[in-house]
Amino acid sequence: MEKITSLADLKRIKEQVQSKIKLREQSASAEKLVQIRVGMATCGIASGAKETMSFLIEETEHQAIDAVITQTGCMGYCYAEPTVEVTLPGRQPVIFGHVNRERAREIIDRYIIKGELIDGMIPVNFKTIDE
Amino acid sequence: MIEIIVVEDRKRNLYVVEIQDNGAGMSPEVLKQATNPFFTSRKTRKVGLGLSLLKQNAEQAGGGLQLFSAPGKGTTVQATFQFDHLDRPAPGDLAEVFLLAAIGHDKVRFCYRHTTGSGSFSIDTAELAETLGEVSLAVGEVRRAVAELIQNNLEAIGATR
Repeated sequence: MEKITSLADLKRIKEQVQSKIKLREQSASAEKLVQIRVGMATCGIASGAKETMSFLIEETEHQAIDAVITQTGCMGYCYAEPTVEVTLPGRQPVIFGHVNRERAREIIDRYIIKGELIDGMIPVNFKTIDE
Repeated sequence: MIEIIVVEDRKRNLYVVEIQDNGAGMSPEVLKQATNPFFTSRKTRKVGLGLSLLKQNAEQAGGGLQLFSAPGKGTTVQATFQFDHLDRPAPGDLAEVFLLAAIGHDKVRFCYRHTTGSGSFSIDTAELAETLGEVSLAVGEVRRAVAELIQNNLEAIGATR
């Protein structure tokens, strides 16, 4: 395969995959998308959020899950980084802590695909006495 | 829009990373506090380590950090490192970082320019969007192709890994 060095090369790749993608996109309407937000502040990055995000992008694609993966700042759970917020269609967002590759796989296989609740969720409605 | 400008100047023994945005900017009071690790504009926690750690890294590598910002005008962060300093951190996988930032913030335009003694390479998410049309940057084949494009071009100008 030729080396990709320019936008023209990229365009070639794009044309190769375009037809395949069209089929994929038609099946995904916005309200059916799984939304995943990865905490990528200093605390997240230091704990490996980059690897977590890469893995989530690859694995959701591999399993043909219609997901939008975005980055967010620190959610205030620095002790539990990398943190990932998952919003299943029509459900409340759920935040998971300590999400390394293994945990990310568990979240995809059990929470996203089967809808099971798993360990390590951070209760977001938790309030401290000061608040 | 966020511009990321990396300049490797071996003649002057410098590795400079500059990040500019056209965002909200900071007031002089906030700007003065911005590299203080115990200052943050966030409400969720009381520490803000990003800029303070960047400053520490730059200073440990014989360089420094400069911040320019004004409300409504945006912010520029410039971190300078001595190129051959033992404590200059390795840049890491710049292609992957650029891609994750672009995919993770699909409404923000990112421009990245990398200059070395042997040339310059730049990539702009607006240009990528034009090339890709309705195909998302997050699609596996496209993502890998863009990563390869960046890596090949950085290699061609002899960018430090």
